[in-house]
Amino acid sequence: MLARIKRFLGLGGKPEKQAKPIKPKDDESSQQEVEKVADKPRIGYIHLSGCSGDGMALTENYDILADLLTDMVDIVYGQTLVDVWYEDGNNQNNPQMIDDMPEMDLALVEGSVCLQDEHSMHELKKLREKSKLVCAFGSCAMNGCFTRFSRGGQQAQPKHEAFLPIGDIVQVDCAIPGCPVSPEIVAKTVVALINGDMDYLQPMLDIAGCTYNCGCDLQKNIVNKSLCTGCGTCAMACQTRAIDMREGRPEVNIDRCIKCGICYTHCPRSWFPAEQINKDLGL
Amino acid sequence: MVLGTYKEAVSARATDKQIQKVSQDGGIVTALLSYALDEGIIEGAVVAGPSEELWKPEPLVAMTSDEILSAAGTKYTFSPNVWALKKAVRQYGLEKVGTVAIPCQLQGIRKTQSYPFGTRFLADKLSLIVGIFCMENFPFASLETFISEKMKSSPEVTEKMDIGKGKFWINALGEDIGLPLKETHGYEQAGCNICPDYTAELADVSTGSVGSPDGWSTVLKRTEAGISIFDQAVEVGIIETKSMDDVKPGLPLLEKLAQGKKDNAKKESDSRRELGLPVPF
Ligand SMILES: Cc1cc2nc3c(=O)[nH]c(=O)nc-3n(C[C@H](O)[C@H](O)[C@H](O)COP(=O)(O)OP(=O)(O)OC[C@H]3O[C@@H](n4cnc5c(N)ncnc54)[C@H](O)[C@@H]3O)c2cc1C
Ligand code: SF4
Ligand code: SF4
Ligand code: SF4
Repeated sequence: MLARIKRFLGLGGKPEKQAKPIKPKDDESSQQEVEKVADKPRIGYIHLSGCSGDGMALTENYDILADLLTDMVDIVYGQTLVDVWYEDGNNQNNPQMIDDMPEMDLALVEGSVCLQDEHSMHELKKLREKSKLVCAFGSCAMNGCFTRFSRGGQQAQPKHEAFLPIGDIVQVDCAIPGCPVSPEIVAKTVVALINGDMDYLQPMLDIAGCTYNCGCDLQKNIVNKSLCTGCGTCAMACQTRAIDMREGRPEVNIDRCIKCGICYTHCPRSWFPAEQINKDLGL
Repeated sequence: MVLGTYKEAVSARATDKQIQKVSQDGGIVTALLSYALDEGIIEGAVVAGPSEELWKPEPLVAMTSDEILSAAGTKYTFSPNVWALKKAVRQYGLEKVGTVAIPCQLQGIRKTQSYPFGTRFLADKLSLIVGIFCMENFPFASLETFISEKMKSSPEVTEKMDIGKGKFWINALGEDIGLPLKETHGYEQAGCNICPDYTAELADVSTGSVGSPDGWSTVLKRTEAGISIFDQAVEVGIIETKSMDDVKPGLPLLEKLAQGKKDNAKKESDSRRELGLPVPF
């Protein structure tokens, strides 16, 4: 099965490696120690203020989805995927209470969190307690993305105005930006988790602390630092086509930019995974 | 390894007279992409095509050999080819895309393939990437300075540009005019100063002029996909080869230049780090 997934992903057979333990970034709780991700990881998919695009990307791994869900992982939490969710108060239709949330090896959190929505805040804090790894799944969870533009004043909850990347509220271990994330990165991440391939996951751990992005990252962090080469990768990656290349430099239409951070994430001059690339190419 | 990982180096050129006439060196890029198109290995290729402004390239999704041929020749300024890969896959609906890329473009492409965060179903459609050697690139305004100010010529009458034998050359009105490379220093793109890759180390096949005689190219065969298409093209007679050992100046010069580029890049990167500036490699 794993061999099939690897073929699908174009990954060579990797030697099984013992995962390095991930150090919690603060000493908040010892439950966050990850020794070795279980062979069949228990995964939760939690939906806060998102659009389900990232969850849909997960399901778009058609070729491997059925096997993935039955043989490779246990999805233990997820309203849309497995009809399991937990409530604050009493609900006849759903007797599960948030405090009974199951333990998870990995919680994929889609969407930012609304400060004025008590239930979302409660769910997020509880899942932090219950999960070894919390992953900001998609740009809204990681850096706010287009929910950065929220400002309240609409029916039926005019007070719901503040939407924050989840890293502003709880510690986030890893992030997968994208609006939405690509189906391939979901599959690659799951396989890396199953293999304990922490080298592959490292960039996603490294960017987890980044909770603010914008098209201006390119100007500020790349062009202003004499790093840009005019390669065009940022413009290719931008999911809203907000970037034009002019005289070899990215020009961001800021009215079109949704602050997803994908341009900066993909720019080869922001970070560069040389070893991983050579491994993937067999060089 | 100073030239990256490769299986074999050869000196080569396209046998097609039409390609020889317009190509920069041995016409390897044009010949390989056209051959891949004919064989159905790719359905189209992103190349640095002509634009409305002379000598200023614009990425082109080429769907025919003629269009690939129209992009032959080196333009020493930006052509953000990676940008157009999305156009090739989305607007043109191509399932198998080829492209030509300088090292920094390859870095963007390969990073996207290893970490396709926001590029759904795109990276897996890149079937053949021909890399070209690159010492540095120039903003268009720098080219204008060389041609109009320093060489007292004009882009309109320029038929070819080339860098070799210590000079930046243009061929204008049948005459070769050379500008010592010393005079071009300070006009190259600043981002190039930290670039450690001369020979397009992440390409399927890399090619460039250094190492081989005029009209010929040096070719480094790298990945399985690259080795297979190059060998096929040689087998059917589209490309002819000579052993690298039989040509002058051969690999030693290429290695020397590649090492020089790496050393300079490291020096510049170190000094930037000392200033507290970020450097990705
Ligand atoms: C900026 C730059 C610097 C270079 N520096 C060196 C060097 O130092 N040493 C060396 O040996 N070779 C260098 N080259 C490569 C060399 O000039 C030739 O491009 C290479 O040998 C291919 O020749 P060919 O006859 O096989 O290609 P051709 O058949 O002539 O095709 C050339 C291909 O290159 C593409 N191309 C042209 N300009 C660009 C561009 N700016 N960006 C991306 N693609 C482009 C065209 O689309 C075309 O497909 C450089 C190339 C560039 C673009
Ligand atoms: S420019 Fe595009 S890719 Fe970059 S943050 Fe804005 S929307 Fe995202
Ligand atoms: S991806 Fe980075 S280096 Fe390439 S054009 Fe965009 S900002 Fe410049
Ligand atoms: S020297 Fe490097 S950064 Fe500059 S254009 Fe060439 S490949 Fe790109």
